[in-house]
Amino acid sequence: MRSALYAEWTKLRTTAGPFWLVVLAAVLTTALSAVAARAVSCAATGCGVDAPLVALTGVQLGQAVVAVLAVMVVGDEYRTGMIRTTLAATPSRAILLGAKSLVVAGATLAAAVPGVLGAWLAGRLIMPGRGFTAEHGYAPLSLTDGGTLRAFAGSALYLTLVALLSLGIAAAVRDAPTGVGVVLGVLYMAPILVAVVSDPDWVRRLRQIMPSDAGTAILHTVDLPSLPIGPWPGLGVLALWSAGALLLGGLLLRLRDA
Amino acid sequence: MIGLVRAELTKFRSVRGWLVGCGIAVVLMVLLAVVAAAGTDARVGGPGARAELPRASDGTPVLDGFTFLQQPLAGDGTLTVRVASLTGVALRPPTPDEPVPTEREEATPEPWAKAGLIIKDGTTPGSPYAAVMVTGSHGVRLQHDFIHDLAGPADARWLRLVRRGGTVTAYASTDGAAWTTVGSAPLATGEMSAGIFVATPPHQEYEQFVGGTSVVGGGAIATGTFDNLTGPGGDWTMVDVGADDSPNRPEGTSTRTGDTFVLRGGGDIAPVDGGTGPKLEQTLSGGFLALTVLAVLGVLFVTTEYRRGMVRTTFAATPSRVRVLAAKSVVLGGVTFAVGLVAATAALLVGTAIRGDNAYPADALTQVRIVVGTAALIAVATVLALAIGTILRRGAGAVAAVVVLITLPYILSAAAVLPAATADWVLRITPAAAFAVQQTVPEWPQVDQAYTPAFGFFPLPAWGGFAVLCAWTALALAIAAALLRRRDA
Repeated sequence: MRSALYAEWTKLRTTAGPFWLVVLAAVLTTALSAVAARAVSCAATGCGVDAPLVALTGVQLGQAVVAVLAVMVVGDEYRTGMIRTTLAATPSRAILLGAKSLVVAGATLAAAVPGVLGAWLAGRLIMPGRGFTAEHGYAPLSLTDGGTLRAFAGSALYLTLVALLSLGIAAAVRDAPTGVGVVLGVLYMAPILVAVVSDPDWVRRLRQIMPSDAGTAILHTVDLPSLPIGPWPGLGVLALWSAGALLLGGLLLRLRDA
Repeated sequence: MIGLVRAELTKFRSVRGWLVGCGIAVVLMVLLAVVAAAGTDARVGGPGARAELPRASDGTPVLDGFTFLQQPLAGDGTLTVRVASLTGVALRPPTPDEPVPTEREEATPEPWAKAGLIIKDGTTPGSPYAAVMVTGSHGVRLQHDFIHDLAGPADARWLRLVRRGGTVTAYASTDGAAWTTVGSAPLATGEMSAGIFVATPPHQEYEQFVGGTSVVGGGAIATGTFDNLTGPGGDWTMVDVGADDSPNRPEGTSTRTGDTFVLRGGGDIAPVDGGTGPKLEQTLSGGFLALTVLAVLGVLFVTTEYRRGMVRTTFAATPSRVRVLAAKSVVLGGVTFAVGLVAATAALLVGTAIRGDNAYPADALTQVRIVVGTAALIAVATVLALAIGTILRRGAGAVAAVVVLITLPYILSAAAVLPAATADWVLRITPAAAFAVQQTVPEWPQVDQAYTPAFGFFPLPAWGGFAVLCAWTALALAIAAALLRRRDA
């Protein structure tokens, strides 16, 4: 396992793409968060805006980059034929996928942690100027506050789980563009479905089972009982999706010739 | 060029996976139409609205409820009145603890509260009418057939309606002596009801939160005080028009003290708010999934050539690279337009079959526009994917770029993550502006509602939004052509 891990780390480290994708994910997460923080405003006490959630809007964009990064870890090997060498060196499909998962998770965290910290900084610096002041009942975003910490740390975990979901899907479809299409379709479908379905029971069920919607429950800090699913159970649903995708990818990897 | 197009067409149709992809796009679009239609329990006009709303002459569903003090008017005639005052109270929304809403303190009328003169063909909701009125904050208006609204002087309090043959002319005055013409409206001849009326739309506040926008509203009651009333003659009788349709509406009352009449009540005479109910374009919401699938094909159409080395054969056969790009764009655009047309038509038919006519009505021309518009949106977006794929030469990044450029702004705006002003701005400049081709609900200047993307209202007209996407695509194609010429394959 250690040698497989080392091999995967070397492959990731020595290609230019992943590094720039990590940088891009961090920058875009922070940038969109800053734009969103600049866009909202709070006119009076009780404006009902979930400040950490707004400051984490960038996660919606960051997840697309993270998905590309994870998909390419598998997709590029199929593109270049490298996969045959890899499988010759590490015949156990389970160990290979495990090593890839660890490396991808590490790379995603390397993007998510600075990205999320940047989002926090953007929120902390910009939002007080938009009416999120003590008079309106908003303390500056602080990572020592339990709910806020859960939202920010949780969004890094969310991005990591999205990366693992993407990795599993990529192993199943074996083609990077298709893999990205599938992942983004699955992730972005939830908000559009929720917007067109008006039956409250349907909406509730959809928001409990769709990976992006259930997963982003972790970003909420106010009015949690009204959410269809709690923060941690929601992240658990996404984790189930990721585990399912990895299982499917691993199974197909084992059953098919490379 | 024709040979080149045929070559590209052969490349496209001979890859089985791409044909399967086209099929998947159609299936996904229909599937989402089924989910959207089956998961709808809302009604046009909001919860509690009756199944058959009254209609204006062009089929627009309307509200027609007001407090009406009327006399019969057989032929020509003149009505004059002074609206001494128009005030209003907003009602708190009913809560479980308090099913009967209490009145709120402030007494400013709703902006579109109405008090004035009306001639109406009977008291059945939906019948033709012509009315001149003082409004809460929009001055004197002449309205007829629900959808027509004409502004008069802002500060006049004296109103006059003159019926001559098939025309009703409205006048307004500040002093009852010097009259200015507001305008005239057609109205059939025959016996009708004529008199004074009061109506006010409910009080609504739009609360926006991350992840959605909700309408918080209670009823409202307007009180109009009238004097100097002259009508066609006969007994004044009060009718609560449309009261049977909306049991929650406060009861209308009229009291007379000498020559002063006080009318009090709710209701409204206006087109319904189309934004909050089910809309026809919701059956086409699978368009973005179809677009994602086809964008993958668009990217693969060029990146696979690089991956397989086919691009060197292609360029050897056709040294003009711009022509190759043009041929690819034509083939891809044409094929995906056809696929989009099939998918959108099927989705609309299936969605309508499940949901029945429980959606804001759209005439045949609008339905053709949203179907053809969706197909064109998908086709142009796929060509954008082709161009970005040519620029990046890496499939994964190109697919992500296209989906993020088109879908993410739409999600952030329509799912009300961004405030309305920012959402409007985003839907003006990003390729997501093209989703305006799907808008079916019209904006009414005489109805206050949240005309925001979250309720299906786009800042640009259909062709304008589509032009934004085309501009992005043209720019990407130009960059792709320039890079194709400069780079080695």
